[in-house]
Amino acid sequence: MAKLLIRNGRVIDPANRIDRVADVLLANGIVRGVGENLPSRGAEEFDATGLIVAPGFIDMHVHLREPGFESSETIESGSKAAAAGGFTSVCCMPNTSPVNDTAHLTRYIIERAKQVAKVNVFPIGAITKGSAGEELASIGAMQAAGTVAISDDGRPVMNSRVMRRAMEIAASFDIPVIDHCEDLNLSAGGDMHEGLASLRYGLRGIPACSEDVMVARDILLAEVTGARFHVAHLSTTNAIAMVAEAKRRGLRVTCEVTPHHFAIHDLEITPYDSNYKMKPPIRCSHDVAAMIEGIKAGYIDAIATDHAPHSVTDKMQEFERCPFGILGLETAIGLSLECLVHPGHITIERMIELFTTGPAGILKLNRGALTPGLPADVTLLDLESKWTYDVNKSASKSRNSPFDGKVFRGRAVGTIVSGELIWQA
Amino acid sequence: MTKGLLDIEALDRAEIESLLTRAVDFQPLQTQRDKRLDLLDGRLVVNLFFEASTRTRISFEIAAKRLGADAISISAQGSSVSKGETLLDTVSTLSAMKPDAIVMRHAASGAPHFLARHLPTIPIINAGDGQHEHPTQALLDARTILDNRASLEGLRVAIIGDILHSRVARSNIHLLSKFGVDIVLCGPAPLVPQDLKHIAPGVSITHDIKQALRDTDIIMMLRVQLERQNETNFPAGEYSRFYGLRAENLALAKPDAIVMHPGPMNRGREISTEVADSSRSVILSQVENGIAVRMAVLERVLQ
Ligand SMILES: [Zn+2]
Repeated sequence: MAKLLIRNGRVIDPANRIDRVADVLLANGIVRGVGENLPSRGAEEFDATGLIVAPGFIDMHVHLREPGFESSETIESGSKAAAAGGFTSVCCMPNTSPVNDTAHLTRYIIERAKQVAKVNVFPIGAITKGSAGEELASIGAMQAAGTVAISDDGRPVMNSRVMRRAMEIAASFDIPVIDHCEDLNLSAGGDMHEGLASLRYGLRGIPACSEDVMVARDILLAEVTGARFHVAHLSTTNAIAMVAEAKRRGLRVTCEVTPHHFAIHDLEITPYDSNYKMKPPIRCSHDVAAMIEGIKAGYIDAIATDHAPHSVTDKMQEFERCPFGILGLETAIGLSLECLVHPGHITIERMIELFTTGPAGILKLNRGALTPGLPADVTLLDLESKWTYDVNKSASKSRNSPFDGKVFRGRAVGTIVSGELIWQA
Repeated sequence: MTKGLLDIEALDRAEIESLLTRAVDFQPLQTQRDKRLDLLDGRLVVNLFFEASTRTRISFEIAAKRLGADAISISAQGSSVSKGETLLDTVSTLSAMKPDAIVMRHAASGAPHFLARHLPTIPIINAGDGQHEHPTQALLDARTILDNRASLEGLRVAIIGDILHSRVARSNIHLLSKFGVDIVLCGPAPLVPQDLKHIAPGVSITHDIKQALRDTDIIMMLRVQLERQNETNFPAGEYSRFYGLRAENLALAKPDAIVMHPGPMNRGREISTEVADSSRSVILSQVENGIAVRMAVLERVLQ
């Protein structure tokens, strides 16, 4: 399909401050223009009446599990789940097996994605070799090969000296450092948020301060090194306050939140249901409120899913034995609409920003806007249609979602990558 | 879901009362020559112990047999569990044996709840799950208190020790709270977090054993396993000095206060031998009541 004319949709493009009913013309994989009565000659037409036409959504934090854990997910299946969730681009974390800590593996992921992935896949490289937290990975070489950020996600860099060096080097290559902020000594052995619910269920707690002290350390190191520091899956009141303060002070600090962290609190989880086990854990109600306030106030830069597939056998265990992580790609828009837009906390335009210009800016991706000349990635949204999430029909290879059976109002109904409609509801 | 007994928290006061009342009927059996009833003739109870506990397992076995049921016990050691089989596999296998009830002890909190969700037709009785609950222990404790007091209402109960990691404490807190008991939790600060105050109505916290003991009717000491915990929780060497029950601090409690312990005791650590063997101690009655209470529970679940 060389030319696609999306007609009559409500075009919301925060980067270009567009919010009006218009046509969008895509040709040869790039955006040609937004406007009325665009020349339709030779173009296939898509009637978007009643829909929102947005720049393609970017999920800057997913786990595709390939190579190494293909029984949980592959680049192919994960990219299908992304498309079905309305995402045109995903950034995959390096905690595969082997860990993506070399230019070689970065190139492999990019090549593999070119062959099998429906959406754009941007690898994130490890900070340290094997994400072991000791020896730095070849950051410059990985960036040259296509890595868009570095992170030891899944594990924090516990050694402060190693993190300082990583930030210094990252700053010199101008590549963002994404940290999974958790002090392992404070959280050790924990299974869920430390609070009333963990006490009641007799599960070991992961205290909010295990995240807070690491965010504090990293902000201090970012100041020392001048690095661009990004907090992955931020989940606590104090962490938001510290990021807000760092921003006020002009530091290059950004953060993301996940939909599950602003959608539910610890007293709402089904006890001992492993589909509610993730890191950071579902926090308490005042953290949820603080997160929504942080989004409203503009302290949060992106919504990311932390899509973390685990096979059914891995998750079908006693709560304290099963791995951390849940699916996220297919429920992110539904949850964001339900928790943020429908209650009036933020506008749909702001929500789109959190999924497009926010992550694109952090990672310097030449995407996230409908500016003529940019790649023709578009997400089509229907804000009203009611639908039920059925995890057994998920495009992911895994089934670990606490939102199975949940009824949503609003979703992505079409995903266009490089001018091609690759998924439609 | 079939009615098992997963925790005290979900039980209402009437259900607890009926179990405690029924247990009274089974108490005299202990001293009779013929101890066997035929209330559960031909029923099969499987005791599935993923964590060693001779005393609880035997108590459940005796209870089942006295009701006329067949009881078989399977311990994790020597079973397929240790060969990497999952909990679900093990229990699927067991369910094919068509037990009428499964009594389960497991080191993971919520393991019986996990099972109950996946095996909705077999009643599961929680015989202690991780750090969560030990419902029959709370019932036998309540039975023991009621053997010594007219009612639970208006009592002041001190629970002393490592509350955070104690399933016995949790079950007792929930049970006593439902009867309006004034519950004082006491122990080292890392083992008695402040949020525990909100776990049920009527709970207060102190880190001073003298304050906990003052005017108390019932003293529940918990087994302390400092050797198995992270040393930073509380220095083991200082535990007995600050949180051990001895004759001189016992004197702060009401003159007729009783002393309880779920056993096995660390004499000289959480409790002095003098106190453990004194007339105040009802520790052996607790063991005895364990059988009567478990009979009441098995009967309720299997009928
Ligand atoms: Zn992650």
